[in-house]
Formats: sequence, C-alpha cells, structure tokens
Amino acid sequence: MRTTLLAAGLSVIAIPALAETPVLTVLTYDSFTSEWGPGPAIETAFEATCACDLRFVPAGDGAALLARIQLEGAASEADVVLGLDSNLTADAAATGLFAPHGQTVANTLPVDFADPLFLPFDWGWFAFVHDRSKLPQAPTSFDALAASDLKIVIQDPRSSTPGLGLLMWVKAAHGDRAAEVWAALADNIVTVTPGWSEAYGLFLEGEADMVLSYTTSPAYHLIAESDDTKAAALFDEGHYLQIEVAGKLAASDQPELADQFLAFMQTDAFQSVIPQTNWMYPAVTPTAGLPEGFDTFRPAKSLLLSPLDAQAARDPALAEWQAALAR
Amino acid sequence: MTRAVPSIIALCLLALVIAPLVAVALRGAGVSLGPADWAAVRFTVTQAVLSALISTVLAIPVARALARRRFFGRGALVTLMGAPFLLPAVVAVLGLLAVFGRSGLLNSGLAALGLPPVSIFGLQGVLLAHVFLNLPLAVRMILQGWLAIPAERFRLAQSLGFGPAQMLRHLEAPMLREVVPGVALVILVICLTSFAVVLTLGGGPAATTIELAIYQAVRFDFDLARAAGLAGVQVVICALAALAAWVLMRPAGFGAGLDRQAQIPAPGGWRSMADGATLAAATLFLILPLLAVALRGVPGLADLPPSVLPAALRSVLVALASATLTSAAALALALAVARKPSVLAGAAATLPLATSGLVLGTGLFLIVQPFTPPMTVALPVTILVNMALTLPYLYRILLPQARALRSDYGRLADSLGLQGWSRLRWLILPRLARPLGFGAGIAAALSMGDLGAIALFAGERQATLPLVVQQLTGAYRLEAASAASLVLVTLSFALFWACDAGGRRAAA
Repeated sequence: MRTTLLAAGLSVIAIPALAETPVLTVLTYDSFTSEWGPGPAIETAFEATCACDLRFVPAGDGAALLARIQLEGAASEADVVLGLDSNLTADAAATGLFAPHGQTVANTLPVDFADPLFLPFDWGWFAFVHDRSKLPQAPTSFDALAASDLKIVIQDPRSSTPGLGLLMWVKAAHGDRAAEVWAALADNIVTVTPGWSEAYGLFLEGEADMVLSYTTSPAYHLIAESDDTKAAALFDEGHYLQIEVAGKLAASDQPELADQFLAFMQTDAFQSVIPQTNWMYPAVTPTAGLPEGFDTFRPAKSLLLSPLDAQAARDPALAEWQAALAR
Repeated sequence: MTRAVPSIIALCLLALVIAPLVAVALRGAGVSLGPADWAAVRFTVTQAVLSALISTVLAIPVARALARRRFFGRGALVTLMGAPFLLPAVVAVLGLLAVFGRSGLLNSGLAALGLPPVSIFGLQGVLLAHVFLNLPLAVRMILQGWLAIPAERFRLAQSLGFGPAQMLRHLEAPMLREVVPGVALVILVICLTSFAVVLTLGGGPAATTIELAIYQAVRFDFDLARAAGLAGVQVVICALAALAAWVLMRPAGFGAGLDRQAQIPAPGGWRSMADGATLAAATLFLILPLLAVALRGVPGLADLPPSVLPAALRSVLVALASATLTSAAALALALAVARKPSVLAGAAATLPLATSGLVLGTGLFLIVQPFTPPMTVALPVTILVNMALTLPYLYRILLPQARALRSDYGRLADSLGLQGWSRLRWLILPRLARPLGFGAGIAAALSMGDLGAIALFAGERQATLPLVVQQLTGAYRLEAASAASLVLVTLSFALFWACDAGGRRAAA
C-alpha cells in the first residue's frame, strides 16, 4: 500500500519530465507484443537503460509488417521494424525505407548470416511435428514422408510465413526436383490452412499425423505443459531456417535510440527472454544457456536461401506448388 | 428536408465503400488477372451458389415447422438459431471437427458400425461449414416472413376450408417468393467473401477464393492494383447477384391485419411427425458443434489472462456503437426504398457486402494516414467499417416489412398527418420492433467477432477480444485461446439475445 502511494507520488512528480522522454516506436507482429510474448519483459529491460519510452505497435504477422511499412512509407511513426524473416528481407530492402544498422554482427546462428540492413534476433528450424505415442517412427525425409500414408497439415504460402518457408525448404533441399516432391506429397496433405495456429490446432485435434511447425514446438509442450509426447521429425536433407530480423527505418526521428535498441537486441537481457516467450532460438545464445529440452531436436544440416534467391524462387515455387496440389 | 436524409446516408455509405477502393487502386497502376485468379473466381462462385441454395432450401421446412408448432423450448430454439452465425469462423471450424472430423463423433460412430470414415475436407467440408453457419440465419429471416403474414389470412383460409397444399399456394408461396431471394442473396455474398473456412476445410489450393487472392495481393505481394482489381471483380459478382434477387423479389401483398397473436394452423398426422423430425435434425446439427466449442473452452477459463477483460469491454462498446449506427441507417434506407424505389439506396445497402474488410481497411488506412497516425483512430474506424459491413443484413431484414408497413398503413398515416418523429414513435418503431431487434442483434454480434479492420489499425492498447484470441493462439496457448473464444461467443450471443428479445418484447 505504502509503495503504491509512493509510486503514485513519484509519477505525479515525473509528469513534467515525461513530456521530454523520447519515444522509440517498434513495429512488430501481434504475438511479440502480447503479455505472454517477449514484449513486456523487453520493454522493461530496455527502458531501464535508455531513459526513453519504448512502444511496441502490433501489426498482424511478418508479412503484414512489410505491407504495413509499405502502406505507411516514409511517413511511418515507427523507428524500428522487428519480425520480418529472411524470405521477406529482399522485398523490404527494395522499398528503400531501411537504413544500415551499423552493428557488429555477433550471432550464434547455424549458418553465416550478415545483412547490412537487417539484424537477426531469433531463428528456428522448420520441421514436421508429430506425437511420439501415436507415431513412434517418423519419416526421415520428404521422399519417405511422401511414400508413407501419413497425413500432414501445412500452411498456405500465400497467407502465412511458415507456408512460404516450406516452399523454400523443398526448393533448397531438392531444387529442380521440387515439383516432383510436391506431386508425391499431394496425397499426404489433409488440408492447407491460412495460418500457423489453424494448422497446429488441427494437429492437436488429431486431424493429422504431422504438422509443419518448428523443431522447438515440442519444447513448448515439454516446458510449459510437462508433456513429452511431441517430437520433431529430423530429415536427412536438412532443415530450412526461419531467421527473424529487425531493421531501422531511414525516416526514423530517433535514429540514436533505434541504434541503441538494435545493439540492446544482441545482449543477454533481450536474448534470454526469447526462448520461453517466442519459442524460437535466440540469435545469440545467452550466457545461462538454453532452457532444458530446448535443444532435443537439433538437425545436423541447415538450409537457407539467400534473401535474393528466396525472392527469385518465390513465384516459380508458388506456381509449382499450386499446380501439384490443385489437381 | 427529412426526405433528403436517406439520400445523404446512401451517399455517405457509397463513399465509405468506394473511396477506399479508389485509394487502393490509385496506389497501383494497371490490373491483370491471371488464370489462377479466374480459377479462384470460378471456385468462389460455385461454392457460394451451392452454399446459398442448400442453406436456403433446408431453412424453409425448419422455419415452417417453427412457425406453426408450439412446444416446450421453442423460444430457446429460436434464440439458439442466432448462435452459429455469430461464431468466429475458426471457432466454428473446430466445433465442426469435433463432430465430423477424423476422430469426431460421426466417424467414431461409423467405425463402431464397421463403416469407412468420411472426410470433412474438400468441397463437402466447405458446404457443411457454410450450411452450419448460415442455415440458422436463413431460418430466422424466413421465420420473420412467416410471422409477418397476418393471422387473419390464415383464419380466412381455414374458414374457406383450405388444405395444406392450398395454404402453401395462396399464403406461404407468395411470402417465400418475397423473402427467399433476399435471404439467398445475403448468404451468397457471405460465402463469396469467406476465406478462412474455405481454405481450412477446402483441402488446398483448389479451394481458393477471391478473398484469399486479395489477402495475398495486399499482405505478401503488396500489389494494391491487383487487390483493387480483384475487389472490383467481387463487387461485380455481388452486384449481379443483387440484381437477380431484385428481379425475383416480388411484394406479397397480404394487406394489413390486426396483429392478433394467433396460432398459425398446424396440420396433424404425418405432417406433425415430419415437422418434429425436421426440428430434431436441425437442432442436433446446430447444437453438437456448439456444445463442442463450449466444452473445449471451459477448462481454460481459470487461467485467462487479465487483458481479456479490457479487450472484451472494448469489443462490447464497439459492437454497441456500430449496431446503433447500423440500425438507424438501415431503417432510414429501408423506409425510403419502401416509399419510393431508389437505385441509389439499394446500391448503398448492397455494395458493402461485396467489398472485403481487408480492402476497406487498407483503403481507409491510406486515406487516414497522411493526416493522423492510424492508431489514434483505430476504434472509430473499426466502428465505421463494421457499420458498413453489417448494414446490408439489417436492410434485407427490414425491407420486406417496411414495404408491408408502407402498403398497409402508409395512406392512413398520411391522411392522419402522422409524420416525422411521431410517425416513427407511434407507427414505425412498434411495428418494426421485431426485425429491428433481430437485425441490431446480428449487427452487434458480427461487430464483436470482426478482425478485419482492427488488425490493420490497432495500437498497443486497443486490442479487441478477437485480436486477443489470435495472440493467444500465436503463443501456443490454445487452451486459453479456446476459453477466450468461449467468452467472445458468449458475449456476442448475449448481445444478440438482448437486442432480439428486446425487439420481440417491444413487438408483443
């Protein structure tokens, strides 16, 4: 009670100072800002160091972020955009709205990733997740999956970033054979959903044997629900990476604060929050390490198309996918 | 002066729909639709026509049975008819899966009998979901028509010794001819613009709708010209459907009654058995998925995050505001059209159906953004968009009865000099209370569940309940998301019930 009064008193005193507190606006996806996402903890930690007011503005998912920034153009209130993935950065760079981040890149990604405009903050491997108690022996490649009569749910690449990631995965792993792989997979696909949550929901309801998600999804069930039945199937051809990045807008009216935030993004205070709020790998492994069970499903090989290759591959891959599945 | 009001409302509505389209189109240049787009157009139209036909045809016997039978729980069943329509698409899909899915009730039953399982995915799944969502709406709209036939006509028919076949021919068929085209049109356009249900249950890229193509154009390709072109195609299809419905719709012309609450004659024998079976089947079809939704949500209620409360409050306020605005605007338009057919008003009340929340939201964003940060107007814009999107439903519900009111009492009221406020107070509101309450309920509940505009505009502290549901699922918290959906559905339903019951009480 006394502390509340004290806090109230202090906040009254603080009001004149508040007017001069600079505001840093970070545009990001919905689940990042929600109270169970990384947003709140990161806001507290950053505000303790910056003498500023950090504001997250949520805008749908990764693809919606890009659309939003293109809608707003240089008039955007945002200073930093956080949550694009490497399949979208070529398009983002082409808008000319982003400024070089100027940071020394020091990440622990399983591949080399350095981009002058975009700085990674977390990453994950796409994988098919299944229930060990119902499917003890999961297939170990796309071909084995296609040859089985297992049912899978995937996401539509036209409306979701994991769906787009799967297109890139097949392309990166099988190149010219991609169309063939899709034709073979077609009869395994129960349905295609608009987004990740519908697909994951269908899988948990038992409508499919496997669902396209991340190697870290089982860690959620293990850590948050003490359920160790979920597993990620490891494929011999390797797993495609989703690398989530942030960038500074050239038109930002707080460029120093934006730089400060990007630097903060690579520190322990930011990175240690990621695993158990965003359920992705932190871009820089925190000194305390990863939570137990987080690293259970670790593919031996990582696949990634460069942003430019991903951009070039998108339309042909989409056409192949549509042709194979639309019979 | 008052005569100009409906025209002003109509013009504002048209501006609200067309300006965003223009704003979106201006940002791009040149429109070209590929073969994939035309395939999407074909599939969209096919599934929408089938969904509308099946829903409307099945609704007729159900509405008839409800109109002429009296039984315990009838009132509850009529209210329940509002529920599926108000479910957010994704919640409805999960409810249907619990009944018709791979490990659902139906397939467990089939397996127990040694029969092969049926799949919910594919065109049959899309139709199943659309019938589940829209059959109840059709039943309620047609039931309004049955109740609007003056009881005296039925009494007269009985005293003339009409059998059920003649009753159908002289009383029920003319009413159906007036009401059914409007009902089918509303369902058709609802199905034309749906995409989450169609994609999830459709099974893959073969089940692509125009709406998904618009979504892709805006979200991934940022090809606003293409989005505007696709939205234009959607507008044209809906306009054609509206034209067809307008041609088919003929006033029934029963004349006025004394409003006695009289029992519609109910034939006995096998007909009473058939009515019973119809009602039982419809009830089961609607209630099982709803029950599944409720059962799924209950366990998570205990650990709902605190942000649910303010979000719910915000949603309720948005819903109430947009329902009030919509009711007033739809009433004005329906009364004006009943007085004098007006292409302007008709177009204004139909066109919003054809645009999508996404295009409307994107266009308004482009219009608003040079003047103020979109975040600051998130809630007013949401209210406005919801108003535009729900107005067509109310208009369709009100129009036939506004026409009847005009032809039955218009001359008397004119000769009494009953005009303006007193006409509204003594004639219009009491006589249209039932459809107004029902329509306002639908408008409020639809606004509750809307996610289109708010997702584009929302700031940090403006999340509505559907957005919170979305965030919870995104964070793997599916149990809490189910519970939040249950709260959402309960609140929508409570709002609908309050408006609907209010209307029925005022009419009684």
